[in-house]
Amino acid sequence: MAKKPVTFTHNGEEKAAFVSDGQNLLDVLRRGVGDLTPKYGCAQGTCGACTVIIDGAPRLSCLTLAETVEGAEIDTVAGLADGALSPLQDAFMTHFAAQCGYCTGGMLMSAAALLKHNPRPSREEVVEAISGNICRCTGYEAIIEAVLTAAANGGLRRTGAR
Amino acid sequence: MPLTVETYPTLSEAARAFAAARAARFMGGGTILMRAVNEADQSFDTLIRTTDRAMTEIRTTGSAVTLGAGVTMASIAASRDTAFLAPVARLIGGPQVRAAATVAGNLFAAAPYGDLTAALMALGATAEMTDGRRQSIDDLIRGGPTRSLVAAVHVPVPQGGLHFRKVSRIKPKGVSVLSVAAVLPRQGGRIENARIVFNGMGARPVRAEAAERALNGQALGASAIAAAAAHAAEGLSPRDDAIATAWYRREVAGVHLRRLLEDIR
Ligand SMILES: Cc1cc2nc3c(=O)[nH]c(=O)nc-3n(C[C@H](O)[C@H](O)[C@H](O)COP(=O)(O)OP(=O)(O)OC[C@H]3O[C@@H](n4cnc5c(N)ncnc54)[C@H](O)[C@@H]3O)c2cc1C
Ligand code: FES
Ligand code: FES
Repeated sequence: MAKKPVTFTHNGEEKAAFVSDGQNLLDVLRRGVGDLTPKYGCAQGTCGACTVIIDGAPRLSCLTLAETVEGAEIDTVAGLADGALSPLQDAFMTHFAAQCGYCTGGMLMSAAALLKHNPRPSREEVVEAISGNICRCTGYEAIIEAVLTAAANGGLRRTGAR
Repeated sequence: MPLTVETYPTLSEAARAFAAARAARFMGGGTILMRAVNEADQSFDTLIRTTDRAMTEIRTTGSAVTLGAGVTMASIAASRDTAFLAPVARLIGGPQVRAAATVAGNLFAAAPYGDLTAALMALGATAEMTDGRRQSIDDLIRGGPTRSLVAAVHVPVPQGGLHFRKVSRIKPKGVSVLSVAAVLPRQGGRIENARIVFNGMGARPVRAEAAERALNGQALGASAIAAAAAHAAEGLSPRDDAIATAWYRREVAGVHLRRLLEDIR
């Protein structure tokens, strides 16, 4: 079966891929684009490990039909660090918010989607934002603390010289 | 069996292709269908979709709101026109699911999904099909899948408000044990034409007719609430699933209806 061309922006860079009918975005990002930061957890929509940001909204790449992202802007963990880790990633390290790391990419993107729209979220808003992501290791407290700390430290981008 | 995806610029073209196809499914947000695709479900060989912008429009027309079939839970939660439905939309899945899940997809989601549909039924909403027919949500979902597609849902704005309660084991986004939606119009302090709908108490959202009868003509007092709660599960047949047993659902339906009604008082 003929593959269909799809073009989209991936972490600020134009990308083109050929996708097959029914292929999901997670697969295209991992195998086509070579970005391994969105994780393959359940492929059912329940774990959130495959979360990416599409046109500003957090989305499950495993449940996104690849050809629907024509012209879209897709952000993944691979685009979070800007030379150095972002304050969000830093806070995950210092708050022990990652253990096995399987959920971490999805957690970071759900948190990033929140901080983009709401740089100073309340604790409840953080809980809500990560409610579609499952972590089996750390418990959620450490993750919530990390997101709140990141918000206090500039969120997604470092402020000032470094 | 290889899968084919067909994308049409207009809903009417998609509807024609859907009516002509043998084993096709129409894709809304894909939160249910893509899971089936990922699992190589062999019950369909074609996915039909449309990029028609009318699908995602929210329009206010007098005392009703028209939701395009492809309006997402996130758009309902964000739009001022649908403020009365926003608390329901916010209870569906996590943020990632809400950004994709559509109104029409919820109508055909298998139990115990269907929380928005319960609210739409309580509101007396009607579906506009691509063949021009308009039918109540109750009739549409009772009839099961059709050869025509849902184009939009017309939702009357409730006078006394929509009351909704979702019961789940995992907060804030677990799947429903059950959910209950109520619209209780009042005349001179007495309830008239109560509409109470349970999701999770059957294969699809259902009216709790015995509870409605217990409330009609009554003031919303302790005795009317007790009577409605006592009859909450009458005539309903919940299922056993991974979330709860039918027995448990039947036991707690009245408790949650009572709590919802007490919160309104
Ligand atoms: C992790 C997770 C959590 C969830 N939590 C909830 C929850 O709390 N409450 C809840 O109610 N649901 C929940 N859902 C189920 C689902 O996301 C929603 O019910 C959603 O509204 C389905 O919409 P969709 O557009 O994604 O459906 P799709 O997967 O696109 O389609 C579902 C069905 O609807 C049919 N359909 C879609 N559009 C039309 C149309 N215009 N005309 C005719 N048929 C159509 C499709 O053919 C298909 O059979 C959850 C799902 C996941 C994965
Ligand atoms: S892999 Fe997408 S939600 Fe689990
Ligand atoms: S760190 Fe292991 S699942 Fe979250």
